[in-house]
Amino acid sequence: MGNLKLGKSNLEVFSETLMVLAEKDKDIIAVTSDSRGSGKLVPFGERFPDQIVEIGIAEQNMVGVAAGLASRGKKVFVVSPASFLISRAIEQIKNDVCYADFPVKLVGISAGVSYGALGSTHHSLHDIAALRAVHNISIIVPADNFETRESIRLSAGMEHPVYIRFGKKAIEHLHSPDAVFKAGKAIVVREGGDVAFIATGETVVQAVLAAERLERAGISTRVVSMHTVKPLDGDAVLETARKCRALITVEEHLVHGGLGEACAGHLMQAGVSLPFKIVGMRDEYTVTGSQSDIFEANGITGTGLSETAMQLLPRA
Amino acid sequence: MTDSEMMQKSILYRKHVLTYIKHANAGHTGGSLSCVDILNVLYNRILRVTPQTFTDPQRDYFIQSKGHSVEALYVVLADLGFFPESDLMTLCRRGSHYVGHPTRKVRGIEHNTGALGHGLSFSAGVALAGKKDKAGYKVYTLLGDGELTEGSNWEALLTASHSQLDNLVAIVDYNRLQITGWTKDVCDTDPLEAKFAAFGWSVRRIDGHSIPALTQTLRAAPFEKNKPSMVIAHTVKGKGVSFIENNFKWHHHVPTEAEYVQAIGELDQALADVVKKAKKSR
Repeated sequence: MGNLKLGKSNLEVFSETLMVLAEKDKDIIAVTSDSRGSGKLVPFGERFPDQIVEIGIAEQNMVGVAAGLASRGKKVFVVSPASFLISRAIEQIKNDVCYADFPVKLVGISAGVSYGALGSTHHSLHDIAALRAVHNISIIVPADNFETRESIRLSAGMEHPVYIRFGKKAIEHLHSPDAVFKAGKAIVVREGGDVAFIATGETVVQAVLAAERLERAGISTRVVSMHTVKPLDGDAVLETARKCRALITVEEHLVHGGLGEACAGHLMQAGVSLPFKIVGMRDEYTVTGSQSDIFEANGITGTGLSETAMQLLPRA
Repeated sequence: MTDSEMMQKSILYRKHVLTYIKHANAGHTGGSLSCVDILNVLYNRILRVTPQTFTDPQRDYFIQSKGHSVEALYVVLADLGFFPESDLMTLCRRGSHYVGHPTRKVRGIEHNTGALGHGLSFSAGVALAGKKDKAGYKVYTLLGDGELTEGSNWEALLTASHSQLDNLVAIVDYNRLQITGWTKDVCDTDPLEAKFAAFGWSVRRIDGHSIPALTQTLRAAPFEKNKPSMVIAHTVKGKGVSFIENNFKWHHHVPTEAEYVQAIGELDQALADVVKKAKKSR
């Protein structure tokens, strides 16, 4: 797509990374809700049968058990579809994990609208909003294979709860090999001075495609991958607002309660004002279709986002 | 300690529960009084945990799923020296670690509970870690009978039996009352014994106020190899004070001065009776 090379799915990279970690560290445990297939953890289960705990389809219990395991020093990765994990087990996440402060790693697979035409029961467009309102958990939404690998590696050593969510389609590479990943520190994917996209997860690719289109029209475009939505890299938001005349946030999440509102809140409280638009899933019934169809219907494509930028820039 | 001395301790614990609830002007009176004997036997006869060994990974673990009865737990932990009893004068006060439900900020408390239907899953996780590490510890959890309508408990029951967690012992404080009234009227969970057995647990039903029965039963766990153990402990909500017993209005009612004086008087009388009986049998 554009000048970007297609990589693997972030899901695949997650499972490969977890295998590497588990090989060296017997305390790494994957906990699943009949989701080892969806989580690409079948090889993990075969190779490390003592390091996988199958709970069955019972997300509340799964998170409670995970907290108990983590209390005994296990490095627990709870791997379950984002929609069910964050809705069904929200009280266990809030109390058993976050309030009690056990460093469980919640991995929301098939996040956002990556289940596509399976419909709204399977979409997680509320998970970031829900967890932003829970104290003591980081939220990481990796954009590509590099960010996924690094966030999983990093999370293994984290001393507090973390939520990492990604989709399951192959995704383009975004970063150069010398890129540095730090939780809470956004990565500037490309520099520009007219308009900026602060995007997260699999929408970053679309922002880059939009930037390429805009550049062709002579509009210099900055793209920031805000992989950590909480704690938000507020400095990166302010720097971007300073450098550009208009700012668009992009996320695979409802327009309410996610990255966009986090950025808006930060800008407002810093007294910074500029033309600003939150692009995400509109607050309506999601159109039936694949992840790409739903992205397109919500303007999350190179074309859609570049059009949004063109509409916003004259207000600057 | 003899059984009689244990009974005397339970009465003192009940007096302290009432004292601190009255002082804080907050607390769960009925449920705390009903589980006092269970906690007494657990901490004074069963659990291999002391203030000194509390950070030892090999200690036994106790998780109070019915977190609202935290006042009873605080009183027992203070008696065992986990923290100075005077700390309890700060119960529910601004800035105090002694919240109205258990938190790990208090030494001796393993897990933050209070929302119901959480303790058994967490306990199963601790027990599972013990199995994986081939550790010898046991995990005990105290459930309320009212909280058994939370579906997560039944999910956890499945995990515990599926994983053959015979190092896990759950005790139901079966006082048959909850905040609205009798559990059988709110949402009947009986027959519990048959349900737990059907979920793969080894079940025993005992008098939850009998020191010998609690001791003997909890010492016997696991009741069957490869099965988690369930104790249905028949108790009386508000046990020990005539006008609090079996009255759902005392779920979180705080005694007035007059009620407090009467309650302490009854407990003092009970204490005198136990002491007298012990002397007689000597």
